[in-house]
Amino acid sequence: MKPVEGNHPPIRLLLIDDERGFVATLSKRLAKRNVKATQAFSGREGIQILRKADFDVVLLDLKMEDMDGLEVLKIIKIMIPDLPVIMLSGHASEETAHNGMRAGAYDYLTKPYDIQELIDKIASATKSDDE
Amino acid sequence: MPWYKSTRASYYKHLFRNMIVTIIGVSFVPVFLVSFTIYYAFFTAYQEKINDHLMALVENHKKQIDSFLSNRLADILFLSESDSYGQFRDQAVLDANLHSLRNSYGGIFVDLGVVDADGHQVSYAGPFKLSNVNYADALWFKKVMRDQVVVSDVFLGLRGFPHFIVAVRRFEGDLPWVLRATIDFIAFNNMVENIRIGETGFAFILNKEGELQTKPRYNFNPAQGCYGQFLDCSKPITSDIHIDERRDELDNDIIYVTALLKNRDWALVYTQKRSDAMAEMRWAQRISIFIFVFGGISIVAMAFILSWRMVNRIAESDQAKEMMNKQVIESGKLASLGELAAGVAHEINNPVAIMVEEAGWIDDILTEPEYKNNHNIEELQRALKQINTQGKRCKDITTKLLSFARGSGSAIRNMQINEIIEEVITLSSQRAKYANIEMHSTLQPDLPEIRASETEMHQVFLNLVNNAIQAMEKNGGSDRTIHFKSYVRDGKIIVEVTDNGPGIPEAVLGRIFDPFFTTKPVGQGTGLGLSICYGIIRKMNGDIQVKSTVGEGTQFTIIFPIQ
Repeated sequence: MKPVEGNHPPIRLLLIDDERGFVATLSKRLAKRNVKATQAFSGREGIQILRKADFDVVLLDLKMEDMDGLEVLKIIKIMIPDLPVIMLSGHASEETAHNGMRAGAYDYLTKPYDIQELIDKIASATKSDDE
Repeated sequence: MPWYKSTRASYYKHLFRNMIVTIIGVSFVPVFLVSFTIYYAFFTAYQEKINDHLMALVENHKKQIDSFLSNRLADILFLSESDSYGQFRDQAVLDANLHSLRNSYGGIFVDLGVVDADGHQVSYAGPFKLSNVNYADALWFKKVMRDQVVVSDVFLGLRGFPHFIVAVRRFEGDLPWVLRATIDFIAFNNMVENIRIGETGFAFILNKEGELQTKPRYNFNPAQGCYGQFLDCSKPITSDIHIDERRDELDNDIIYVTALLKNRDWALVYTQKRSDAMAEMRWAQRISIFIFVFGGISIVAMAFILSWRMVNRIAESDQAKEMMNKQVIESGKLASLGELAAGVAHEINNPVAIMVEEAGWIDDILTEPEYKNNHNIEELQRALKQINTQGKRCKDITTKLLSFARGSGSAIRNMQINEIIEEVITLSSQRAKYANIEMHSTLQPDLPEIRASETEMHQVFLNLVNNAIQAMEKNGGSDRTIHFKSYVRDGKIIVEVTDNGPGIPEAVLGRIFDPFFTTKPVGQGTGLGLSICYGIIRKMNGDIQVKSTVGEGTQFTIIFPIQ
């Protein structure tokens, strides 16, 4: 297990996904890797949280019940254009992921994934954000 | 495959037979009816025409003969009135009269004679020595004494030569006397004999006793057969002209036209064979039969050829329809399977993702110091790794299912299929070398471009190559090759991928494009590879076909339409 950066303050991550069990577990695993995940269980909730707090990176599920992940992405890109968004595609479709990339997402991952892969993408997203 | 060899041969044979019968029936029945109607009407009309013609002919001659006879009688009557009995008894006067008659009428009058009331020929002018002959018992004499005038029947008489006599009775005071003349039989005979038509037509004259009064063209016995009956009994002749038809002993139909003349003493008979009289009709009949037979043969031949072609067409279109049905069923099956696959992919992948996540979390927890010395730690980590691996496998399957359901979605562009093939060969060459398989290609340069997705094309060919390598790997052997060939035929680009591997058993061959059909052991193949290839190629309006012989190898043929 390799945390993002040893003594660095934790990365602030907003995790938007309507699969509650998944969100809870992933948050715990991220916490172990020096990533502080704030949980949002719908697109609407995620956008509301974004209004109140600052984040380094957003992890966004593409398929949710209330709102399409792509719609949420577009709104986030309007609100905070510089905030990197990594998309999680639950249904293994690269096509949707490609659409997300075109809409301004930083990167994408298809579930299930290696946690290390995710951590690498978060690290690279926040690093480029710092620059 | 020709229809007569197909599995439905009996059905087509039945169809073929029905068509022939219908065509022949529909063509022949009207032809028959029309032909027979026309033939009957024409035959009847023609027969009537022939009968009328013959009757007119005979009537004409009857009049001619009647007038000849009455004229000759009138001549003698006139002659008898020109001089007295006494004068006529003078040989010189009689000679002079005969001379002037012969001058006027040619050789018709043979001789002249004067006969007294007792039947003695008192004077005679002519070539025979008939002076002082007694005619008292002669039939004509009796008749002339009774009837005043007579035209006798033909008889041989004293001169032993057929002739007939025209005689008139006159009175010298109270005593009757007779002037008689002999008519040249040959001159008279010619009049009748001139009536001749065709080969068998001829005329003759009979008297009441059925004796011939002329010398007919053909020898026959008038007493025999029907001639005799004619005048006697069978059909009493009432009208002046009568036409009848009889069958003679040789089975010929004979036409008889009879006209009564000389105050119904004689009958002018004209006979001709029906076949001869109707010779022109026969000729027309023969031509008609020839046309009819020829036409009939043509109709039968046409019916045969037409039916043959029709059945061929039907069989062809049946085959095409059957093939289309198969394709429709196949693509329908694939489409519904695609929908199912997409649904399954969505619904399965999320739970699997959560399971993998949870396993990851357990793995995370196991790194805590408190578990470090647990003696089961390695077993737990192995189990978690297995969960992770199997989760990834699920993801692979769902990915493939989705790409089968709607393609992988990479951009469609114009491309050279040869480039794709070369890339695939490069990509697979390492693996092929490892499996001791040679890959080569015969690619036709400058092929037209096709419109396709690059990743899909890679997918198709990699799939085929992978399958071939796997099959040959498993079975070993030497000189293993995979050969690519591309060319253009019938406006389509054809790519053949041929291996000389173990081949595909026939029982399996029909199912290899079905989703989830695999011959690999459980867990090693998804059974989606070829069905994805099939889906991709069919989506492009192309086709993928397979030929395989066990022990010899397998050939996949992919047909791309040219854009």
